[in-house]
Amino acid sequence: MSSAIANNPMDIKKSLVDAVLAGLISLIVFGPIVGVVLDGYQYNLEIDRVAMIVGVVMLGRFALSLFLQTAKGMAMLASFESSDSGVHVLAPDYKSRLRWIIPMLIVIAMIFPIFASKYLLTVVILGLIYVLLGLGLNIVVGLAGLLDLGYVAFYAIGAYGLALGYEYLGLGFWTVLPLAALAAAMAGALLGFPVLRMHGDYLAIVTLGFGEIIRLVLNNWLEFTGGPNGMSVPSPSFMGLEFTRRAKDGGVPFHEFFGFSYNPSMKFIFIYLVLFLVVMLVLYIKHRLTRMPVGRAWEALREDEIACRAMGLNHVLVKLSAFMIGASTAGLAGVFFASYQGFVNPASFTFFESALILAIVVLGGMGSTVGVVLAAFMLTVAPELLRTFAEYRVLLFGILMVLMMIWRPRGLIRVSRSGVVPRKGVAP
Amino acid sequence: MDGIFLQQTINGLTLGAVYGLIAIGYTMVYGIIGMINFAHGEVYMISAYLSAITLAILASFGLESFPLLILGTLLFTIAITGVYGWVIERVAYKPLRNSTRLAPLISAIGMSLVLQNYVQISQGARQQGVPTLLEGAFKLHIGEGFVQLTYTKVFILIAAFVGMALLTYVIQYTKLGRMCRATQQDRKMASILGINTDRVISYVFVIGAAMAALAGVLITMNYGTFDFYAGFIIGIKAFTAAVLGGIGSLPGAMLGGLILGVAESQFSSMVNTDYKDVFSFSLLVLILIFRPQGLLGRPHVAKV
Repeated sequence: MSSAIANNPMDIKKSLVDAVLAGLISLIVFGPIVGVVLDGYQYNLEIDRVAMIVGVVMLGRFALSLFLQTAKGMAMLASFESSDSGVHVLAPDYKSRLRWIIPMLIVIAMIFPIFASKYLLTVVILGLIYVLLGLGLNIVVGLAGLLDLGYVAFYAIGAYGLALGYEYLGLGFWTVLPLAALAAAMAGALLGFPVLRMHGDYLAIVTLGFGEIIRLVLNNWLEFTGGPNGMSVPSPSFMGLEFTRRAKDGGVPFHEFFGFSYNPSMKFIFIYLVLFLVVMLVLYIKHRLTRMPVGRAWEALREDEIACRAMGLNHVLVKLSAFMIGASTAGLAGVFFASYQGFVNPASFTFFESALILAIVVLGGMGSTVGVVLAAFMLTVAPELLRTFAEYRVLLFGILMVLMMIWRPRGLIRVSRSGVVPRKGVAP
Repeated sequence: MDGIFLQQTINGLTLGAVYGLIAIGYTMVYGIIGMINFAHGEVYMISAYLSAITLAILASFGLESFPLLILGTLLFTIAITGVYGWVIERVAYKPLRNSTRLAPLISAIGMSLVLQNYVQISQGARQQGVPTLLEGAFKLHIGEGFVQLTYTKVFILIAAFVGMALLTYVIQYTKLGRMCRATQQDRKMASILGINTDRVISYVFVIGAAMAALAGVLITMNYGTFDFYAGFIIGIKAFTAAVLGGIGSLPGAMLGGLILGVAESQFSSMVNTDYKDVFSFSLLVLILIFRPQGLLGRPHVAKV
């Protein structure tokens, strides 16, 4: 069957027709917006840009049309149909190479800040913050299948928790860290409890609305949150020792206490190390959770809610636990983000941020931990290195999300699960 | 007080008529494939740009009469935006017809980011505007104050009403409308009976985009300014209107739009303008919690 298809001559005429049609449509679609640039009530024509786009679309369509006529293309087209098959089960005695790679990575990560420049350190801290966010959202979206579009609200709760806690209650980094996780989880419960009973897609909209409400309140409540100007955040301290050159109120700064010279990137090294430990902890917790009954329940609920409820699973509690754990992770990330920036304002918590975290989860693979870590670094560190493409960053994220959904809705890295051998004497 | 109340009601009705037009796109798509089309707000944003571009081009040819200008703008904008609706469905949703439940939603968010950023790159991030097309107003004296009903608002109300009436006619009395309703009721059965459901879904996207285009022209006429980010907030509000009226129901979308528009205008005049978006979003959350089927919708029943 497949050889018969492969022997068929290529229908170049069909591909040409496809290409011309695609070119015409792209001319209609892109022509006015790309070609006529508004300038006040006047306009400037930019015909060359349109010609370029139409040319690219036609060539791309032609190539795609030809490719889909080859045996390989047909195989690929057929694989789309079954793209939503479940997890991949490994052989019971399978030993992952990760058990060598993970300790190595940990060692490298621990000695890395000694050699890294301050700039590199800040980039990696940002990457790790997104790893934390990605892991949290991965529990909500990837494992439990709840689309949360207001995830950034919990991140904002953590960040503003530190800023407001310091401003009004005099709390420091270490006190706020657990409190922020708790507060974010509470907010998650408060929002989730009434909402999680209803139809899945509505959850996306409600969380989107919630995220915007939090941002708008932070933006408009001038006397409490400083409005769009934001608030300053204190530097973290270690056992009461500060990381500044000179400590406030006659205290001893960290470097004098331990008797070495002052280093301005010390604050970032400290944040990096604490953050790294927290990420490791969250990774471990998540790893354990997915093997516990509640983790299994999340995944089962994602696959078929009606079947789960018929089996007697309390769907509200199961969803709520995922929602709260995800929210508390975002709260933690928010505290790190605030102390890393030394300053918070509502502009950091727009819908785009939620979409970026969602892109991390989507790219990494729904439910896959390694994938999310890799994707978080790819999507946050790569734009730092490719500053020239900054303008096209959002465009690329969007295209990536659409293509990933078409090509691999389960993400780049498939979720795999270790198999189980039945005990001797037990019927299989 | 009476004057302000009446003035805000008029403002709210104009705004609400436009929300209703956009909400139609959400409600029809949700009714037919059960998916929230997140990119719909962006379709409206694109139509606002298209209407400004058409106006600028027509004005550069020296066209000045209002009926010709508005007719040309409406025709061009609706046609091109309709093509946008078709292309978005073809590129981002059609390949996902049999995929997981979350896939089309995420794809829609991606599409919305793409459209926003593509307009930002090609047109620049600054605010754009159109000149005032219709000047003058009716003035009514009521008690102490007076109520102003600009010709633009009258035109918007009439145009929105005509648009909705036309759509109702198409859905209720034409063959296309019958096919849409059949597909909405039972997609599998409709395709067994010989309806090309894929094509009907495409039509629904085109109709939704055309309604959003009408709304885009009208809002642009009323406010005069817009930017590439305009679709996001209006999109959520139109969705609120669709949910308020009962998602999947056409009269519901129009009713929900009008109610939301009036409520928002009254809130911003009586309580606080800064928090009017917070008010709309809170309303959305509350409706979804307490009456997810909306005013005219039927409750959602999951079938196994």
